[in-house]
Amino acid sequence: MENHFSKEQHSCEVIVVTSGKGGVGKTTTTANIGTGLAKLNKKVCMIDTDIGLRNLDVVMGLENRIVYNLVDVVEGNCRVKQALIRDKRHPGLFLLPSAQTRDKSAVTPGQMVKVLEHLKELFDYIILDCPAGIEQGFQTAIAGADRAIVVTTPEVSAIRDADRIIGLLEANNLSRMSLVINKLRLDMIRRGDMMSAQDVVDILAIPLLGIVPDDESVVISTNQGEPLVGNGEPAGLAYTNIVQRILGKEVPFLNLERGISFWTKVSGVFHRV
Amino acid sequence: MFVKRFFLRKKSCQIAKDRLKILLISDRVNCSPEMMDLIKNDIAKVISKYIKIDSDNMEIQITTKGNKAGRGCKPSICANIPIADVPFPGKQA
Repeated sequence: MENHFSKEQHSCEVIVVTSGKGGVGKTTTTANIGTGLAKLNKKVCMIDTDIGLRNLDVVMGLENRIVYNLVDVVEGNCRVKQALIRDKRHPGLFLLPSAQTRDKSAVTPGQMVKVLEHLKELFDYIILDCPAGIEQGFQTAIAGADRAIVVTTPEVSAIRDADRIIGLLEANNLSRMSLVINKLRLDMIRRGDMMSAQDVVDILAIPLLGIVPDDESVVISTNQGEPLVGNGEPAGLAYTNIVQRILGKEVPFLNLERGISFWTKVSGVFHRV
Repeated sequence: MFVKRFFLRKKSCQIAKDRLKILLISDRVNCSPEMMDLIKNDIAKVISKYIKIDSDNMEIQITTKGNKAGRGCKPSICANIPIADVPFPGKQA
């Protein structure tokens, strides 16, 4: 498969993680991609653009270290470097948190582009966590992005919203998009009760970046505030592969169909009754 | 009943795909049912100038060529217009 994430040397890439629908895993994806890139010695800045509903800080386990936020930077209350929180677990990983007490109108697309211009000189990758919805928060988040990662789940509502988001990204000349399909459940796909990754790709028709199985370890890692990328769990492995593809490496997709035995197929037939 | 359920149950994944196919096409075209009705009436008007049609049983819908709902394929408006009575050419005034 053609990889849309090859990167030129000594330049910064701004990637926005978006979905339209809430709760499909934008923040988890952002945290894991950011951490995964940092583990490979890249300089990474994650920006939470969900003003009023900040979450990336808790998912990363950095909620106790926030002093300044994105709105403070935009309004000139502090310098960009003062607002950046360094993740002590990974050298080169930084978080620019969002404000909790303001709303989406606090940052305009133009101000966002200006902040990004400054940060681009300091980092290899900037990952933007986009808010749900298609209103001003979305417009602000995509304003300075070079490419987009659209996150969806194999559900009718999430796919419909992803389709709308893809249309809006195209309308905003952000045509370099790729798809992450989250929360896939192999047992349900086998039974014919969940759309497979291929079904979703056929419908949305953008290049696939990764498939992430529905995994208990995602909840556990969020509880602990420690992204799971790189651990042995299926979801951790899936995020490791996604990071590799972002770096331009060809990695085969997780074989979710692995090990379907004759008896599984037989029992699958009886599930239908 | 058991046999019927066993053989005829449509898998929910297929139902989801079929629903999305139609849903996404109308979402992308952004065409309201009112507008479709106006188009239908206008088409009926134009065609009935030349041919007598059965406008009550006329159908109009947006579909894609082939059977795929992918982003690449172009949606098209498909009208099914039953002809009520074809005038015999020799008798036309």
